[in-house]
Amino acid sequence: MKPYLAIVAARFQMLLQYRAAAFAGFATQLFWGLIKVMVFVAFFASTSVEQPMSLSQVLVYIWLGQALLALLPWNVDPEIAGHVRSGAVAYELLRPLNLYAFWFARTFAFRAAPTLLRMVPMVLFAYLGLPLIGLGDWALPLPADGAAAGLFALSLAATLVLSTAVTMVLHIALMWTISGEGFNRLMPGIVPLFSGLVVPLPLFPDWLQPLLFWQPFKGLADVPFRIYSGHIDAGDALLEIALQIGWCAMIVAFGLWLLNRAGRRVVVQGG
Amino acid sequence: MAEGVGGLGLYGRLVGQSVRAQLQYRWSFLLMAFGNMVTSGVEVIGIWALFDRFGSLGAWRLAEVAFLYGLVNAAFAVAEALARGFDVFGKEFVKTGTFDRVLLRPRSTVLQLAGHEFQLQRVGRFLQGAAVLAWAIWMLPIDWQLWKVALLAFAFVGAAVFFYGLFIAQAALSFWTTESLEIMNTLTYGGTETAQYPLAIYRPWFRRFFTYVVPLGCVTYFPAVAIFGIDDPLGSGRAFQVMAPASGFLFFAAALGFWRLGIRHYTSTGS
Repeated sequence: MKPYLAIVAARFQMLLQYRAAAFAGFATQLFWGLIKVMVFVAFFASTSVEQPMSLSQVLVYIWLGQALLALLPWNVDPEIAGHVRSGAVAYELLRPLNLYAFWFARTFAFRAAPTLLRMVPMVLFAYLGLPLIGLGDWALPLPADGAAAGLFALSLAATLVLSTAVTMVLHIALMWTISGEGFNRLMPGIVPLFSGLVVPLPLFPDWLQPLLFWQPFKGLADVPFRIYSGHIDAGDALLEIALQIGWCAMIVAFGLWLLNRAGRRVVVQGG
Repeated sequence: MAEGVGGLGLYGRLVGQSVRAQLQYRWSFLLMAFGNMVTSGVEVIGIWALFDRFGSLGAWRLAEVAFLYGLVNAAFAVAEALARGFDVFGKEFVKTGTFDRVLLRPRSTVLQLAGHEFQLQRVGRFLQGAAVLAWAIWMLPIDWQLWKVALLAFAFVGAAVFFYGLFIAQAALSFWTTESLEIMNTLTYGGTETAQYPLAIYRPWFRRFFTYVVPLGCVTYFPAVAIFGIDDPLGSGRAFQVMAPASGFLFFAAALGFWRLGIRHYTSTGS
């Protein structure tokens, strides 16, 4: 376990160096959040029918979505991509470590470090800053209750593992396509749509709901966000978290199988 | 050989070369264009889902929002394809010192950067935006007189030129900051997000910013209101709506001025 923890720590230290990028990211995400809030406020103002989600639950969804944007598995670690392209992956295969576990540790840090750096200021600003500049109506509400807060933390931990597992599939897929194009190019479209970042999943038409329930990407955003706002109550939350963990296990198993096949047929470029 | 080739002729050659180079990798190009179409197309699904759920956005219907969406996305795709040199300017020219070489050549810097790369893959977003625009035009009961066709063309070109100006301004900023700033994404990508919805749904301070400071509303919303033939809920007059796209060109000119100012300030990184 020790070498893997060291990998996580080293990657964290490196990724936390990019503070200016983090600030620019914060400003960008704040701006996007404000646009989304204004659009939803206008939509809610034009209906008198009760909707499957309240505006305050949508606000939770929007601000947590902006805070945790870096967590979504829609891109690959450029260093791992570089290793695959340059052939350095051959060295990785020689190390006395399990390649899946080694990359998993790196990927975990790649997802967690930027998220941590961006989440804290975003949550603080959405909760405390917005009321200060007179936009209190648009602020991030507190968790529904203590149980919701605790279950949210649990669900978010599962989200982090799920996101890492999906990113691992993207990393392993690089071994097939060299340039990493193709399949991975579609992720920036698929992930936000099916995780609920484009539109909160409960607001999609009712006939689509069964389909949206049985897919892994909702565990990346929709599930923790709705637990936070109490849209999923404590009883159902445990079931949803169990589903998240089940998807984690399946995607890790898929990744291992894929890596095993890739390891047999990998061609190392160059000399 | 270059002697006797005018500015436009040279630009044409540079673009032609870039297109030919990209078509050498046919599958890669097709995949990238398809990925570009999917990632920008999920927004349409989001807009459709919201209208399906809420019925309308105040007085605005789906077809009107689709019109704005199609107009802004098709125009942005054109600017994005043509302005790649400015988009990557900070990272690839200032930080590396490559701009020194550009300065040594006996051609204008703007021409060289404009011809740096023509991003053919943006055809994905363009086709997707154009298709949505075509659907909206088919759905809307617009009385198509000649001046309306001309105004649509004027707005489209004005919007593309406006976004091009934004890319130039972003590049000029990196004369001071060296790195390209992610913060400009709020205006480019955030701008397309903003302009997908009618300007009238936003708060007054936000509307003023996107009318008078960064005139995005002038190249999309105001001409669209005139084409729809409705009264602007913001109270603007027809004459203003018809003339408004001209501000895209003014913005472009201002961005060029800013670029010249930046060049005078430029000091090489020396690497």
